[in-house]
Amino acid sequence: MTHLFKRLSWLAPLPLLAGCEAVVLSPSGDIAARQAELLVQSTLLMLIIIVPVMALTVWFAWRYRASNRQATYNPDWDHSTKLELVIWAIPLLIIVCLGALTWVGTHLLDPYRPLDRIDAETPVSNQQPLQVQVVAMDWKWLFIYPEQGVASVNELAVPVDRPVQFTLTSTSVMNAFYIPAMAGMIYAMPGMQTTLHGVFNEAGEYQGLASHYSGAGFSGMRFKAHALDGAGFDAWVAEAADSGETLDRARYLELEEPSENVPPMVFAPVDPQLFSRVVNMCVEEGRMCMAEMMAYDAQGGLGLPGIANVAALAEPGRGTPRPVLGLPPFQVTGICTVEELDQMLASATPADSTPRDMSPLRGRALEAPQGILGRNLIPNRLTQATPPAGADQNL
Amino acid sequence: MAVPSDIQTTFLLGRLDWNAIPQDPIVWATGVVVAIGGAGLLWMLHKYRLWSYLWHEWFTTVDHKKIGIMYVVLALIMFVRGFADAIMMRLQQAIAFGGSEGYLNAHHYDQIFSAHGVIMIFFVAMPFVTGLMNYVVPLQIGARDVSFPFLNNLSFWMTVGGAVLVMMSLFVGEFAQTGWLAFPPLSGIGYSPYVGVDYYIWGLQVAGVGTTLSGINLLVTIIKMRAPGMTMMRMPIFTWTSLCTNILIVASFPVLTATLVLLTLDRYVGTNFFTNDLGGNAMMYVNLIWIWGHPEVYILILPLFGVYSEVVATFTGKRLFGYTSMVYATVCITILSYLVWLHHFFTMGSGASVNSFFGITTMIISVPTGAKIFNWLFTMYRSRIRFELPMMWTIAFMLTFVIGGMTGVLLAVPPADFVLHNSLFLVAHFHNVIIGGVLFGLFAAVYYWWPKAFGFRLDPWWGKVSFWFWVVGFWVAFAPLYILGLMGVTRRVRVFDDPSLQIWFVIAAFGAVLIAIGIAAMFIQFGVSIARRDQLRDETGDPWDGRTLEWATSSPPPAYNFAFTPVSHGLDTWWDMKRYGQTRPRAAYVPIHMPKNTGTGVIVAGLSTICGFALVWYIWWLAALSFAGIVIASILHTFNYARDYHIPAEEVRATEDARDRQLASAGV
Repeated sequence: MTHLFKRLSWLAPLPLLAGCEAVVLSPSGDIAARQAELLVQSTLLMLIIIVPVMALTVWFAWRYRASNRQATYNPDWDHSTKLELVIWAIPLLIIVCLGALTWVGTHLLDPYRPLDRIDAETPVSNQQPLQVQVVAMDWKWLFIYPEQGVASVNELAVPVDRPVQFTLTSTSVMNAFYIPAMAGMIYAMPGMQTTLHGVFNEAGEYQGLASHYSGAGFSGMRFKAHALDGAGFDAWVAEAADSGETLDRARYLELEEPSENVPPMVFAPVDPQLFSRVVNMCVEEGRMCMAEMMAYDAQGGLGLPGIANVAALAEPGRGTPRPVLGLPPFQVTGICTVEELDQMLASATPADSTPRDMSPLRGRALEAPQGILGRNLIPNRLTQATPPAGADQNL
Repeated sequence: MAVPSDIQTTFLLGRLDWNAIPQDPIVWATGVVVAIGGAGLLWMLHKYRLWSYLWHEWFTTVDHKKIGIMYVVLALIMFVRGFADAIMMRLQQAIAFGGSEGYLNAHHYDQIFSAHGVIMIFFVAMPFVTGLMNYVVPLQIGARDVSFPFLNNLSFWMTVGGAVLVMMSLFVGEFAQTGWLAFPPLSGIGYSPYVGVDYYIWGLQVAGVGTTLSGINLLVTIIKMRAPGMTMMRMPIFTWTSLCTNILIVASFPVLTATLVLLTLDRYVGTNFFTNDLGGNAMMYVNLIWIWGHPEVYILILPLFGVYSEVVATFTGKRLFGYTSMVYATVCITILSYLVWLHHFFTMGSGASVNSFFGITTMIISVPTGAKIFNWLFTMYRSRIRFELPMMWTIAFMLTFVIGGMTGVLLAVPPADFVLHNSLFLVAHFHNVIIGGVLFGLFAAVYYWWPKAFGFRLDPWWGKVSFWFWVVGFWVAFAPLYILGLMGVTRRVRVFDDPSLQIWFVIAAFGAVLIAIGIAAMFIQFGVSIARRDQLRDETGDPWDGRTLEWATSSPPPAYNFAFTPVSHGLDTWWDMKRYGQTRPRAAYVPIHMPKNTGTGVIVAGLSTICGFALVWYIWWLAALSFAGIVIASILHTFNYARDYHIPAEEVRATEDARDRQLASAGV
């Protein structure tokens, strides 16, 4: 499919791009590449109708100019059922095709879907994705590698050809995480957790950025994403592990303070439950974790006594000032013991993310349309991954 | 930073103190220019004793035509402000490379892009469209005014009040630094503690009252006040699209109002609707605001689809092709516009099926839109096209808008959106449809209906200068943004570090300069046309050989529009009247019942503006006082029984006789 895209790319309505590097159209990761393919295919599909419409507009405008007395003038012709059928049907047909492409493409390239292939030729074998936990902070990115026990700020390193599973959240405001060369963007939002799967196919240094405006330091929230070979990644981890700066809850709270244009930093060791606490908004001492609160609520809540289970914030800081007419800000106090909480948070760590289902999407029975020269115009690229024996067929 | 770090609240002035004046030379210079200009204007008004004229003839008027014109004047003034913001952004992005911070700090730049969006949508596009509908719809349906003339005046002044609050934020305090939709938690009190978001909230709330009331007003007008014989399927297309737009306004603006109320409660009394903590959910705001926000874009574009339909039919000298399918296409778009809002946040983590659903519903909108384009196209087929400016704008629209439509459908494909969301590609797309669709249509409409409103045409030469600078400037300004989007550049960024991007930003800035020339040419066109109005005079009332009823009356129309309510026997009522040689009744004039001017609209809107200002600055006594004033003024207005008068039959006769002489001298 990549070559089809390359062969057709000259058709794309972007001849100006020849001279510059359009990373979105020629990325270095499989997911972004397939997104770009879909982008080009959709564009071509729409040009089927856009080009004739533009040509007809110009032609009619010229042909039926008032000064051209040769042209037929039919002032009362205002209806033609056949023509009306055509003008509703053609856009509809194109949208049907595009809709099918969208449905399949959206499911296949869903950021939550574990990867089933490294690139067009290589399916994912029993390879666990690299876990990276991402926290969007004001105004820098924190990356935690739970398996390696290291963390970095404004610098991401991942091995080439290994799927990466990002789990993302944010400390204060909404943001979006985007490495154009690798995969599409996904939002990182406080108190919520999102997931993104991606892979790099070529080693190199790529631009990563914050793509949702998040306040004063937003422009400086850029980072370098290094795609390294296996040895390079191990070396990077080892170097980070030697940094000797611990990332625990106290250090995290310091780090959380707003800062701009932050140079890269590394940390090791890292509190293994730090990310879980960030998502559950209980990094500060004494605060009830959301998981704990939801567990109580699932059992009917704390009832009337729960009202008393609050404490005034020691120092209402950024994000929780006292509103002009309201009560002073408060927090709900945690009840669980540290051990119980640790257990709860540990059980909330992301589940195993090996692809559950390697089987092709439904629609396998439909053969790809044959081109006029007898070649597959659209190679059946939606079904490359061969199903392993005994795979669950119920997608 | 210009935000005072430690804000003291006093009883008398709330948060307002000397620190509220921005410490920024650019703002000061602007302030000085505005102050001198304003003082000059006031002095002129005083010198030529125009206060009384303005108050009695314009400010207090309930005439839909004058209110329509005032809406457009407001839109043009705010357009200059919004465009100044645009130029400043383009300049900043063109120079902030290679370690340069540009000339705007984050505090200023972030306000500018927020203000640009807010102003262009709420205070340019909305009043422009509302003004147009206000002026044209009653004339097209053969009515004497809208259903609720006083409400119309109040709606306008409320819109002005919102605009005043937004403009005030430039010189007193600050504007929101949140982007035009003010997503929480960033717009919450925690991360935007100063007055910016409060100006945003109260500006939109005050103007929103006006928009909602005006929507109700026009909706009722179209439903109830059509000329006899004008069934729904005989309404001009512009009236149809206006009807659909006003349905959308009435159904969606309350959502915006409610959403902003919730945000206000979060900010003022510490509720937790959209906060991170204590059960709040910021994504609820995102959903709600886009449930309003997506219909909003159709609120803007639908009336212009109507304008293009009128213009195409008029200047091709041909019936509009496929009237019925045009109507159904409009209705389809109206309904579908409520089923697509999630496409604004595919990237926020919805499941694949949800994303696909909203992606596909979005694409489906392109089917009726495509049908409309074909209808205009086949109206041009076998016609005689006169290339007057409105037709030129329409052709430019058709060629520009299809590209914008295509990139829009592209963004509706979720996997493509994952790489293009929040990128400059997206920015280019929506400018492509808003400028190429809404603005081009508004320019066509201004040129088309100007003779009707003022009795003389606009100068075509300056109009053509404006046209070419606009169209070329648009593409020079926004094609680079499409390219930058494909290079992975996202929006709202203030400084860049990749030097290879700079050339594209410089080209875009050059495009913005071309557009600036286009805008200047437009204002020169107005000036030149006013100066040469005697040569450009339209005596006939029907300068374009029009088809719909507004061309049946004189230019400008008399206060009562039609001495006798016209009767419609089919589509294109005026065209048929001309074809069958129907003439106006010229005898048996009767007194015409008309609504009377009232100052209540100005007073209530003024008090609302003061109330908004007081709430922004926490000046509680003033807020309470002005709110009480609003209530009292409204109650007192209900006791005003002198609301109507009759234009005596003799005066109608005199006006109509003058019209006869005018027509005779024009040789009609």
